[in-house]
Amino acid sequence: MKTKLHMPKILKYKNFLFKLGLCICLGWILIAIFAPLIVPQDPYAQDMAARFQSPGAAHWFGTDELGRDVFSRVLLGSRVSITAGLVTVCITVVMGLFYGGIAGYVGGIIDDVMMRLAELVSAFPPLILAMVIAAALGPSIFNSVFAMTIIWWPNYARLMRSMVITLKENEYITAAKTLGASHVRILFKEILPNSIGPLLVMATLDIGNAILTFAGLSFLGLGTQPPIPEWGSMVSDGVNNMNCWWISTFPGLSIFLMSIGANFVGDGMRDYMDPKLQKD
Amino acid sequence: MAKYILRRLLFVLFLLVGVSLLVFLISHLVPSDPVAANMSPSAMSDPEAVAVYRAKWGLDKPLYQQYFVYLMNLIRGDLGTSIRTGNPVIQDLAQFFPATLELSLFAMVIAIALGVTFGVVSAVHRDKPVDYAVRTISIAGVSVPNFWFALLMLFLFYSKLGIFPGGGRVGSRSTTPSGGTGLYVLDGILSGNWELAGEAFMHLLLPALVLGFFTMGLIARQTRSNLLEVTSMDYIRTARAKGLSGGKVITGHALGNALIPVITVMGMGFCNLLGGMVFVEKIFSWPGIGQYAYLSATTLDFPAICGVSLLIAVIYVVMNLIIDILYGIIDPRVRYS
Repeated sequence: MKTKLHMPKILKYKNFLFKLGLCICLGWILIAIFAPLIVPQDPYAQDMAARFQSPGAAHWFGTDELGRDVFSRVLLGSRVSITAGLVTVCITVVMGLFYGGIAGYVGGIIDDVMMRLAELVSAFPPLILAMVIAAALGPSIFNSVFAMTIIWWPNYARLMRSMVITLKENEYITAAKTLGASHVRILFKEILPNSIGPLLVMATLDIGNAILTFAGLSFLGLGTQPPIPEWGSMVSDGVNNMNCWWISTFPGLSIFLMSIGANFVGDGMRDYMDPKLQKD
Repeated sequence: MAKYILRRLLFVLFLLVGVSLLVFLISHLVPSDPVAANMSPSAMSDPEAVAVYRAKWGLDKPLYQQYFVYLMNLIRGDLGTSIRTGNPVIQDLAQFFPATLELSLFAMVIAIALGVTFGVVSAVHRDKPVDYAVRTISIAGVSVPNFWFALLMLFLFYSKLGIFPGGGRVGSRSTTPSGGTGLYVLDGILSGNWELAGEAFMHLLLPALVLGFFTMGLIARQTRSNLLEVTSMDYIRTARAKGLSGGKVITGHALGNALIPVITVMGMGFCNLLGGMVFVEKIFSWPGIGQYAYLSATTLDFPAICGVSLLIAVIYVVMNLIIDILYGIIDPRVRYS
């Protein structure tokens, strides 16, 4: 298993689905960045005379029950959904990196106690824990992201710990120790750069998951609150208006596209780093 | 082996105590009076009932003593009374669990059958169009938001095509089958009521398909990568050199070994399935634990939340224990260290 990622090299990696995923993700990120500039109509503007209009020239994705333009809301909704997913994954990677790194490096009883704690959080049903935290703290974007980080970090901690345990036995670590390098230096300058690869693969695969979970919490009314457009809550807008399929179909399709894009990239990165899965 | 199982069971106990402690702490993080949060307004008007409640849960004592009282009540099987339904939580769980069990078991059967088939087809036809198609379907399985997929299926197969019935476990005019297991399809068969069993099956199919889609994706991906790994090994090359056909090499030699790690994924998939249950049950009006958990969480019904969490945590750890034991039985190389 390769542990280092070479970014320019991986971009030349010949894997159709990986490249497709990269295009989808970059496309959505660009849309999210420039959404306020490219929305054709005001995503918040209500027009009761134009309620439940099916997709057409005036409204490409139709209108919702308040007559708002679904296309503009989908574009602007990408900001909240993608940001929430990325922020959750970034925070959990950092948490897992420090927690697992310290547990694996120190070892012994501290490692045991730290990892039992992580297992305890993992044993809790994730969505239910997220629902309880989000409901207890009050529905908001911040609280949902907080709830998701609470349920996610143990996965990274476990992976990081296992990487550290393997790497710390290597000869170059012994050499660094002999040269008098401090524990902090060994952990952050020697071990960390070599374990970042698998962590990044896991993080990429998790971005889709995080976006799905955040959208799920919003769908249940525990994430974004109206009138802020967000994909999950937009899908829930369509539940009571089943015949107006466009209200939930387009935001749902957006979640799906972003998530599948991230999974394609993550899969490609995993295959790239695992020589056993590469073609002879 | 016995020592190993005993150690795992002790760990299960530790986890259960931990989960209960976590719920207890969260319920005390909420800035509200625990009496008000746990009793209905009508019960609150009776000072005697409030006093009994405070004494029962030790609310007049320090926090660690409160937790101890709470734990003792749990050990006696008293999970408290749900504020929302007014019933003992244990009774609610017993009522809703069979529906969830039936749905999750059926979803798991679909996920394993489709997942393994897709994984094998994909690996055998590596980098051919069929491999790309199957991989896309299996990645779609883990990427699709199941609440949206459920709505889409319901809209298509119920509203538009009318092939499947809408929500619920049986039609509104049907009576619930009497078989004793609480699994309607099985109860229908056991009581000889085939019509009702068929109806329950049709109600079950669509939500199970939606629920199993994610796990199917996980299993298909894992089967594919394991099979690819196994087929590059020397003993497979030997089998091919002996002149065995491609099909025989896969089914007779490679698949058995490739499926061993898939068992772990099946366990993970089952646990994921329990999470997805919240959405699927809500959309298909399935009266199970998922809906109960959702309604309890959004109304901050802490006795119920704790009950559901403990139940699911038990399923999680028991499932993992079964997988570990199965792993050891199937693969003799695994040592219970």
